[in-house]
Amino acid sequence: MKLLLDSTRCQGYGLCQEPAPELVDLDEWGYARLQGTVVPEGGAEAAAAAVAACPNSALRLVK
Amino acid sequence: MTGILPLVPAGQPGLLTVPPGGEDLAPYLAAGGYAPLPAPGALLGRVAATELRGRGGAGFPAAVKLRAVRDAPGRPVVVANGEEGEPGSVKDRWLLRHRPHLVLDGVRLAAAMTDAARGCVYVSDVRAEQAVRRALAERPADLRVDVVRTEHSYVAGEETAVVRRIDGGPALPRAKPPRPYENGVGGAPTLVANVETLARIAVLHSHPDAAAAIAGTYLVTLSGTAGEPALVEAPAGTYLKTLADLHGHGRAEAVLLGGLFGGLHGAGWTDLRLDHDGLAAAGGALGCGALHFLRPEDCPVAVAADAAGYLAAQSARQCGVCVSGTGALAGTLAAVARGEAADDDIAKLLRWSGQLPGRGACGLLDAAARIAATLLAHFPDRVQDHRDTSCPACGDAAPHDGRRFAVAVP
Repeated sequence: MKLLLDSTRCQGYGLCQEPAPELVDLDEWGYARLQGTVVPEGGAEAAAAAVAACPNSALRLVK
Repeated sequence: MTGILPLVPAGQPGLLTVPPGGEDLAPYLAAGGYAPLPAPGALLGRVAATELRGRGGAGFPAAVKLRAVRDAPGRPVVVANGEEGEPGSVKDRWLLRHRPHLVLDGVRLAAAMTDAARGCVYVSDVRAEQAVRRALAERPADLRVDVVRTEHSYVAGEETAVVRRIDGGPALPRAKPPRPYENGVGGAPTLVANVETLARIAVLHSHPDAAAAIAGTYLVTLSGTAGEPALVEAPAGTYLKTLADLHGHGRAEAVLLGGLFGGLHGAGWTDLRLDHDGLAAAGGALGCGALHFLRPEDCPVAVAADAAGYLAAQSARQCGVCVSGTGALAGTLAAVARGEAADDDIAKLLRWSGQLPGRGACGLLDAAARIAATLLAHFPDRVQDHRDTSCPACGDAAPHDGRRFAVAVP
């Protein structure tokens, strides 16, 4: 499973980072920076929570 | 005046040779153009065997892209991408203006190899568009080919921007995946191919005996403050120093590679060759083959600040990280050039150049990050000197609008 970020949609709300700190980092301007695209074992729930947290649908999960 | 310099070995057909009187249909047909295509698979096999790589900048294997488009579900579309975003490159506009039939022949062949139902020429240069329309009107038509005009910008030739524009939207990149080969124009699998790539396919088809040499030859644009700019066709592996010497750039202290995409290269640049993999291994990129040489009295800090400033201004302003990132890189490099860098500015540039690549929807942010990274890697002393003494070259520098990189189409 992969976590993908559409950087044209990321507005820097930063809400994705809280439920998935191991998957998403925020840069000094507040924009999301993925730690990697492949979601590690056991990370699916956090990834789904990060996707759901974004008010602008910038994150998505693909098989 | 931009010169034209074919450096292909005698007997090898080159792209820079125009028939006397121009490339009209009759001379193009007489030279073997628009030759029948008995088996599309055979040409695709030849493209694969020669390891032809795309000439838009990324250097992706042409046969892999052709196969991906052919094998994707749906009837493909072939796009000749003639929107040359790099200000220091002229090859694509030159080809469309002077060899439109060669490019259209490449479109025809790419359509045959992918079983595409239609083709499209994507262009912003007015003279290129006129030449293509004239050639379309007289060519032996067996494929629908449309011309789509765009506004020139640094990112308008990026493959997803091309698809958006052809579909009636703005010429701005979008996030990938999906890539155009699977979901492009009108949702169809779409081959977005640089016009030089298509021209080489056409010559590969008409001159099978010279296929390997044709695929291993590059159009290159040379520029710099010392000598005249030139459009050159040269074999892969040619030393950049050999190219520089031809137009008075041989004393150069440094070279900016790949238009603005491949970063600066300082001491040791004379050992570099015209080669995608070799330049990548050296931390650079061949990109579209544009090389900008710096004289010893040119300041690499001024060039870096100018390049980053131009890229920041050319940001499509869709990705927040690109607006913030290019703005920070350009602003900080400009401060370094003025001798006003803060104590932690070099550390910031280093951090950004590591953290920003790969984060925008297109490669513009990566280009700006590589400018900063390579400046710091190749010219640490020059950067430091700007803190201690004022730099005359930076003081005299024009506004950071990229004007110094622009080359006139010959």
